[in-house]
Amino acid sequence: MNGLERLQAAGAPASLIEQPSRDNAACVRVAAADVYGTLQTLRDACGFGTVTFITAIDRSPAEDRFEIAWQLRSVEHVDRIRVTTRVGGDAPSVRSATDLWPGSAYMERECYDMFGIHFEGHVGLKRLLMPEGYDHFPLRKEFPHQGIEPDRLYREWERTRS
Amino acid sequence: MGSLVPADTGSSQEAGFFASRLDALVNWGRKNSLWPMPLGLSCCGIELMAMIGPKFDIARFGAEAARFSPRQCDLLIVAGTLTWKMAEATRTIYDQMPDPKWVIAMGVCSSSGGMYDSYSVVQGVDMILPVDVYVPGCPPRPDAVIDALIKLQRKIERESPTRRLAEMSSKPLEAGTNTFNMAPNDAIKTHRIGTFLEGDEGDDA
Ligand code: SF4
Repeated sequence: MNGLERLQAAGAPASLIEQPSRDNAACVRVAAADVYGTLQTLRDACGFGTVTFITAIDRSPAEDRFEIAWQLRSVEHVDRIRVTTRVGGDAPSVRSATDLWPGSAYMERECYDMFGIHFEGHVGLKRLLMPEGYDHFPLRKEFPHQGIEPDRLYREWERTRS
Repeated sequence: MGSLVPADTGSSQEAGFFASRLDALVNWGRKNSLWPMPLGLSCCGIELMAMIGPKFDIARFGAEAARFSPRQCDLLIVAGTLTWKMAEATRTIYDQMPDPKWVIAMGVCSSSGGMYDSYSVVQGVDMILPVDVYVPGCPPRPDAVIDALIKLQRKIERESPTRRLAEMSSKPLEAGTNTFNMAPNDAIKTHRIGTFLEGDEGDDA
């Protein structure tokens, strides 16, 4: 049984759509509201003990522009599964998986830092690679390659110092 | 090395013979005992280590006493790619170094951002601190940095510590302010900000 079959045996959400994938890992899309439940089922009933990565893809100008992806790994069954969902809007958000896998905290922080996706329930969701106080999300498609107002932060530091 | 001939600062006549001799003595001491603060931020840091090691041996120029506390250093060598995340820490290190202090920007990354013309990289450390000597190269050979060190020594020889002391003691010192006033390169900054805020990518320029 591969990961998808195990998920269906354990009870998959109604919104699940199977996606094509180029490696032999199973790949599914679910509605944003069902993600947490799906991840929980995968962890508890399907043997997916670790999360390899959490990331996002900006698919603008599509309607729900952010595609968030979780890749899970099962050491026991030696296979992988990718769960994706689509969110949009000005403040895209999805439930955090940090209480399922504490190790996902940094990946969610990076995802927040680069795309501005809020992971509800994440304690300490703040900037990881960009400085604190930076207003933009660099991996969004509308962000210019060379950055925006790069020295504004520096001028603020100068003000607070003197 | 080792000459006590007074530097020609143009003010030696009014400052007097004694002051110029004192300048020469202080400068001689300073230039031959630079204590570098090695700020190895990425690949250039490896060349910096090679420079301090026995093969290139900057002890020959009196600059081998690398200290990892900014309080004990007077030469900041920024060796590597400075990101905006690191910029505030770097500026804090610079502010913590006691006066007098000098800065060498080692490598194209710290001189100008180098090949990383990107949102996360500071486009030259001179955006956040005053730089004395820039060293080109990716990475520069240790000899090039030693050359920068010698150029810095020549620069120190021409300074006038007595005049500077007189200037500083004539001005009241405000608590909490840095006595060193940097003049940021506003022209460059305004250009960059203007370019992005007006949505003009500079294609038609
Ligand atoms: S100048 Fe070259 S060697 Fe030095 S930090 Fe930049 S990329 Fe690395």
